[in-house]
Amino acid sequence: MLTAHRVSFRHGPRAPYILREVDLSIRPGEIVGLSGPSGRGKSTLGRLLAGHLGPTSGSVTVDERANQYRFNPVQYLHQSPIFATDPRWRISRIVAEGWTPDDVTRNELGVKESWYDRYPHEISGGELQRVALLRALAPGLRYLIADEITSMLDPVAQVEIWQVLLKRARLGLGILAISHDQALLERIATRVVTI
Amino acid sequence: MSFLRLDQVSVGFTRYDGLIRQREFRILEGLSFGVDRGELVALIGASGGGKSLLAHAIFGILPSNAVVGGRIHVDGTTLDAPLRQRYCGRRMALVPQSLSHLDPMTRCRKQIAWAGQRAGHRLNAVSIESLLARYGLDDQAANAFPHQLSGGMARRMMMAIAAVGDPDLIVADEPTSGLDGENSANVLAHLREQADCGKAVLLITHSLSEALAFADRVAVMKGGRLESIEAASDFAGGGEALRSPFARALWTALPQNAFSAGGAIC
Repeated sequence: MLTAHRVSFRHGPRAPYILREVDLSIRPGEIVGLSGPSGRGKSTLGRLLAGHLGPTSGSVTVDERANQYRFNPVQYLHQSPIFATDPRWRISRIVAEGWTPDDVTRNELGVKESWYDRYPHEISGGELQRVALLRALAPGLRYLIADEITSMLDPVAQVEIWQVLLKRARLGLGILAISHDQALLERIATRVVTI
Repeated sequence: MSFLRLDQVSVGFTRYDGLIRQREFRILEGLSFGVDRGELVALIGASGGGKSLLAHAIFGILPSNAVVGGRIHVDGTTLDAPLRQRYCGRRMALVPQSLSHLDPMTRCRKQIAWAGQRAGHRLNAVSIESLLARYGLDDQAANAFPHQLSGGMARRMMMAIAAVGDPDLIVADEPTSGLDGENSANVLAHLREQADCGKAVLLITHSLSEALAFADRVAVMKGGRLESIEAASDFAGGGEALRSPFARALWTALPQNAFSAGGAIC
C-alpha cells in the first residue's frame, strides 16, 4: 500500500501551507481518482507520493516501508511529457532510462521503433506521453501517479492509454489518477477522492 | 462569404538535411474552411498536431524558417503583410495559448493600454476598468504582473487585451488548457458571447467535450489535415449523423459515451 500519513507541505518556513495533514492510501490494483479545483494541491500531493518532494511534516510509505529502492516503485507521470523528458536526449535513451521494454509492452502502448532516433519535440504530445508511460512501466513499478496524463490528448488516444492502464491495474498496479474530468474518473476509478 | 476563409493553407518548416541541403517538413496540409460572423468554429486536433501553427500563420508570427502555402482571406480580401499590419489588433485579434506571450515585467494595466494604442484607441482609467469588469477582473488584477494572476484570470486578461480594438475576428488558441471546469466554461462563455455579438470566433482546442457546448461547427483535424467539418449538434447519440468515421471515433471515445477506441488509430 502507498500511504500518505498526515502529510503537510509548504515551500518555505513562512510560505502558506499547500496541503495540511492529508491522509490518502492506494492499495495495489486500485485506481484512486483525485479531483478538485485548480490550486488545491493535487499535483503537490502526487509529487509527495512519488518522492519528488519531501513532506514538511507527516510521512509517505511504500508497502509499509520508507522508500529506499533504486528504481522508484512509485512513478510520476506529468501532464505535459515534454517537461518530463530531456530535450537533448533521443527517444531511445529516454525509454532506456527506465528499462529495456519488450516488444509486447511497446506495441501495447503504440510506441513505434521509428520514433527512437527522434528528439522529444519531433513527435506529438500524444506520442511522447506514450513514451513517458512506457519508460515508467518498468518491472519494478508498483504505483503510478497519473497527473492529468490524458488531458492534452484527443479522446481516442485517451481511451487507448487508459485501457492499457486498466489492464495493468487488474494485474496489481496501484494508480492515483489526478483529473478535472469527472466523466473520466467515473469511468476508470475504483473510488474518487476530492480535495 | 465567410469572414475568415482558409484556402488550401499549409504550414511547414525548412530544416537542414545534412550540411547544405534544406528540406521542407510539412506539418499542416491543405486546410480549407471558413468562419462566418456570428459563428464559433472549434478546430479540434491532437496536441502537437500543429493547430497553434495555423493561428500563428493567420497572424504572421511564425518563426522565419516557416513556409506558409495557400491563401488566407479576411472579409473577402487576401491577407498579405501590409493588410495584416492594418488588421492585427483592430479587425482581428489572437488570444494566445500561454502567459509567456505577455510582457513579464509590465503590469497588466499598461499592457492593455499598449494594446489600445496599437489598435488606435487611447484608453483612460475608466475605459480600462469597464473593459476588465466585462471579464470579471478588478483593479487588483489590472495592477498585477502577469505571473501574479491565476490561470483563469490570466486567460481572461488575454481575452480582454484581445478585445481592446473591438475586432471582428477572434482566434483563441487553447484558451482552456490547464483550467478547471468552472474556469474553462467561463472563458468559453465569453467567446460564445463575442460570436453572439456578430464576431467570427475560431476556437482552437484539443478538448472536444468542452468545445461542443459552445461551438456551432467543429473542424476535425487528423495528422495535419482536415478530416471533416461537422455541425456541433451532430455530436449526439451514437454519432450517426457525423460525416467522418474519425469524428465518430472521437465522439464515442469520450468517457461520457462508450469510452471505446473502436479500432481508430490516430
